[in-house]
Amino acid sequence: MIMTQEDLTITDPKMTAKGVNVFYGEKQAINDVSIDVGTDLVTAFIGPSGCGKSTFLRSLNRMNDTVAGAKVTGRIELDGEDIYAPSMDVVQLRARVGMVFQKPNPFPKSIYDNVAYGPRIHGLAPNKSDLDGIVEKALTRAGLWDEVKDRLAESGTALSGGQQQRLCIARAIAVDPEVVLMDEPCSALDPIATAKIEELIHELRGKFAIVIVTHNMQQAARVSQRTAFFHLGTLVEYGKTTDIFTNPKQERTKDYITGRYG
Amino acid sequence: MTFNAAALLLLIAGLALIGWIAGRARSNLLAGRAQAKLHSRPQYHGWYVALWLFAPAALFLAVWSAVSPGLITNEVLASEAAKELPAFGFERGAILSDARNVAQGKQEAVRIAAATPLVKPYADATHRYAWIGIAAMLALALAGGLYAFTRIKPDFRARTRVEKIVMLLLLLASLVAILTTFGIVLSLLFESIRFFRLVSPTELLFGTQWAPTSGAPQPDTFGGIPLFWGTILIGAIIAMIVAIPIGMMSAVYLTQYANPRVRKWVKPCLEILAGVPTVVYGYFAALTVAPALREFAVAIGIPNASTESALAAGIVMGVMIIPFVSSMADDSINAVPQAMRDGSLALGATPNETIRQVLIPAALPGVMGGILLAVSRAIGETMIVVMAAGLSANMTANPFASVTTVTAQIVKLLTGDQEFDSAKTLAAFALGLVLFVVTLLLNIVALRIVKKYREAYE
Repeated sequence: MIMTQEDLTITDPKMTAKGVNVFYGEKQAINDVSIDVGTDLVTAFIGPSGCGKSTFLRSLNRMNDTVAGAKVTGRIELDGEDIYAPSMDVVQLRARVGMVFQKPNPFPKSIYDNVAYGPRIHGLAPNKSDLDGIVEKALTRAGLWDEVKDRLAESGTALSGGQQQRLCIARAIAVDPEVVLMDEPCSALDPIATAKIEELIHELRGKFAIVIVTHNMQQAARVSQRTAFFHLGTLVEYGKTTDIFTNPKQERTKDYITGRYG
Repeated sequence: MTFNAAALLLLIAGLALIGWIAGRARSNLLAGRAQAKLHSRPQYHGWYVALWLFAPAALFLAVWSAVSPGLITNEVLASEAAKELPAFGFERGAILSDARNVAQGKQEAVRIAAATPLVKPYADATHRYAWIGIAAMLALALAGGLYAFTRIKPDFRARTRVEKIVMLLLLLASLVAILTTFGIVLSLLFESIRFFRLVSPTELLFGTQWAPTSGAPQPDTFGGIPLFWGTILIGAIIAMIVAIPIGMMSAVYLTQYANPRVRKWVKPCLEILAGVPTVVYGYFAALTVAPALREFAVAIGIPNASTESALAAGIVMGVMIIPFVSSMADDSINAVPQAMRDGSLALGATPNETIRQVLIPAALPGVMGGILLAVSRAIGETMIVVMAAGLSANMTANPFASVTTVTAQIVKLLTGDQEFDSAKTLAAFALGLVLFVVTLLLNIVALRIVKKYREAYE
């Protein structure tokens, strides 16, 4: 990895990766990546398709465990704790590190049940009114409450694509995670829905550490404070978003930013 | 001279081969003479001629084989000698078939004396119709072949024509299956109507006494309720209690937990269950499961436990049905998008919670469809119940008692020497009709559910 010391401006990292490799069977998808994710920051992972940014994101909450043949080496810490240690409860880990996917994937349940799903399985609400409160708070934070408050019993799959994605964000933040991972959350949405999600990311900043994977460079520039550029499974450059976009240090980053390839 | 369909089919196939060669040669010849490029390659011209030669003649052959025996019999019946025939259906039929067999050389001499005068008219009619058939068939083949042959020109689009003819042939093949089904339904319907002339439908559907064998002095009773209850008890209750949980759980294991290597072996093994002949299941039920269950029932003090029990038949039938339920459930669970599963896991749900709260609810319509298909198969199943469930029509909820089912009774009514116009025999057709209607409805509902559910994720 090529990175200069002054780029590391994060003093209190939420998550830290050190020398991470990810293999899918024989193939190495991620090669020796080290990175810090700031607590109150939005971190964007950019890079061309197949560069490994989503793979790396999925290793931050061990979603790669669900892929047959996937193997992660190196060390990833959440608040200094090794998340790949045998003592780590992966179920608890995923409650602390939530995830929003590329395509909105609401469950075929009511809007209410979608949001209440996480709090219910983790036993966060002792009674119905607490659960109601959690659902309302999550939907409000996701900017969806006003649109759906009168039809909470309707199916989540009946919403529009943008609403579905905000529902998925509400579902993820309903369990009060510490980190929210977003894997190209706007790639299946139209520009207006995308703008709403970006606005939402702004509002959520500071409440959760947010990591967003995007192939849209303007989006990375708009929503993030830190940007990491991945290429061919390696982390090429990582730093303040403004620096990466205005003054990239690496030739490859510059080429990508200016649209030479990708 | 008899009408030998197989030999004739070979004959027209041979003619078609000649047509193919001739058509191909002619297209080459014409193209060479006119110095033109052929639109279609020569073999397509050959195929065009061959198909025109073969298809109409073969169709005629099929129709003629089906129709000509009736025509022959009609002609014989119209002759002088047939005036002596008895009017009663069964005997009349026996005499006619006796005469026919002698006339066509399948039999050395008549077995029934009354058939002797009919042999000659039969032989004549057979002879005449055979000649008519062969002549018409050859005429059709030649006409078709010539028509196609004369159309060959360098720019004739034989390739597209052949495509169309092939499509028509394929359509015809699928029609055969559909028409056969219709034929089966119609024959079932006609026999049932004959039965319902003797016994009212309400008695069959709602009567509670099933005693078709008694005859005089007591009248037969055809109350179907005990049979329907037995069928439901075995096929829809006991078998499903066995098949649904085991099938579902094995599907969940195979789709969610088993690694690909295990799945590769276990799934085909499970599907082998579906390939075991039902007779073998029947042995297993009658010889192994039923006695064991009876001993168990006696040991725990259940009265009137029988070696022929609903439970034995139902359990074995349930085992037989497991692969149906599990493969439908497997498909439905696999059809739930991976994104659903990821979404749940990413919220910190365990695989087990994910299966119970997300996958199974999402897969439920498909699973329900699979279960309905399994039920319809279970209630139509015959061998296991004939061998293990018994034949006494009891209305009991005691699973250790002997009950009977619709299918077992159909077998009983139709085996042995039966008169084909007594209410007893016709009852088998009426029962068959009831069974057919019920399974048809179940299948329609099940397929609709499955289809609707598939659309939901596309």
